[in-house]
This record gives sequence, structure tokens and C-alpha cells, in this order.
Amino acid sequence: MSEGKSALLVMGCPEVPVQMSMVIYLAHKLRKAGYDVTVAGTDAAVKLLKAADPESYYVQKTADVDEMIGEIVEKKIDFDICFAFMHSDAGMTYGATFSAISRAKMYALVFGKNAEALGESIDYPTEKIVAKATHNPNPLKNKIDKVIL
Amino acid sequence: MSCIEQMKYKLYLERTSFREAREYIEKNSEEVYYVDPGYKIFKDYYIIGVPPVAMGVRGREMLFTYVKPCHGTFVMGLDSEEEIARLRENEANKIKKTMKKGSLKEKATEPAPVSFDEMYRK
Repeated sequence: MSEGKSALLVMGCPEVPVQMSMVIYLAHKLRKAGYDVTVAGTDAAVKLLKAADPESYYVQKTADVDEMIGEIVEKKIDFDICFAFMHSDAGMTYGATFSAISRAKMYALVFGKNAEALGESIDYPTEKIVAKATHNPNPLKNKIDKVIL
Repeated sequence: MSCIEQMKYKLYLERTSFREAREYIEKNSEEVYYVDPGYKIFKDYYIIGVPPVAMGVRGREMLFTYVKPCHGTFVMGLDSEEEIARLRENEANKIKKTMKKGSLKEKATEPAPVSFDEMYRK
């Protein structure tokens, strides 16, 4: 158990279907492991999440991703672990930013059609979880399950 | 939404990769400065990027990267003498810090070799 520890999940652009499903899955898994979980994303990504979880059963805390960057830079908040979801160069750039500003242990969750190439392009300090998954979440889910929390 | 989107900016590159945006700034600026991700500009925008994050100065214009999760990286230009002055000051402070860390001092305290023979022994 990880009582008292905090986790941040950073959503990328919500256009790839597996992301939302894996965000909810991982948030639930982390909460069961004792983490206080916050999910950050764009306005659209947060709306998708809230529509899928209307009573906040799986995710209790959400935040705008750019505001979250500001809060961490200004040292108002920080986390023990951070999972950055990414399927594009922009997502990877956000992951690199969180790695630079936060003291959290970083995980890059790389998925989508170009997962392998994108995973290879990551050169900031992070543990990489790479799966070529777009519609079927299982390849990514199986790799998430191997992460020791 | 950052206040930058309300300002009179120019777009030089749109929906590109961060690496290409950085290279554009490096090639098209009169002065290039490198900042850490999270460097704050224009009151409420914290620079998003893969280190080293390049920022350029061209005349009165500051060139910088602007990243949107669903649209990629943009290179923007905005006239701001205030922000350019902050960039230069930031760079000057970095140089001061490096000098304070004392590589010069350490070298100064190390005795200079007096002969070739002594240099070979090192």
C-alpha cells in the first residue's frame, strides 16, 4: 500500500480511444493502492472524463494541464509519481516538461500507431511503457499491470 | 487559455514538432537564449518544452515555442522589450552563477607547472 502518496495522471490529446479507458483504469488502480490521484488534461479531455464518470467514482480530482504546470513551477503542489499519456510529439513535449519541473517519479505511457518511434524519441528521464494500442486497450493495460506501485 | 492567445502575435511555424520549432528559432534569431521548461512569460504562460528550450530575439521581437496538446508546436513572435530584457538578465544571472560555482577560483589555487617534466608527471 502507498498511503499518503500522491499521483498525477497527465492526459494528452483525447483523440486516441485507448487513452480515456486507461486513464480511468489506472486512476482506479492507483487509488486502490492508496494513492491520492489527480488527473490533468485539456478542457476537452477533462470533459470526456467527467462524462464517463459522472459521480466521480473513479476520479475525484481533475485539473487543467497548463494550470497544473503553473502550480508545480510555483511550488504550490507536487506529486510522488506522474504518468504522462502520449501519442504525439506534443504529448511527449508535455511529458518532458513535467519531468523537468516536478520531483515525481516519471512514467511515459506511449501508445497509438507510432508508439515505437515516439517511445524511441524520448530522451528525458522517465520509465517508458510503450504499446502499439489505438482501439484495443489490452496491450497497454498489460504493460501498466507490470508496473510495481 | 493563456493571455498570449489574446495578444498580437505572429506565427512563423504551425503544428510542427518541438525539435523543428527549436531549430527554426536557432536559425532565425539574432540572439538565442536557453531556458528551462516552466520559464514564465507574459504573466501566465509557462513554457512547455523538451530541454534545451530555445528562445530567440530578432530586433524588438521575441521568438518562442507554444505547445498545444492536440495541435503540436507553434513558433510565435511577439514584440516585447520587457520580456527580451528579462531573457538577457536571466542569461547574465546564469553566467554569474557559473562563475560563483568557482571553476575559476579552483583553477587559480592550483599551482602552475614549473617545467615540462612536471607536466608529464601529471
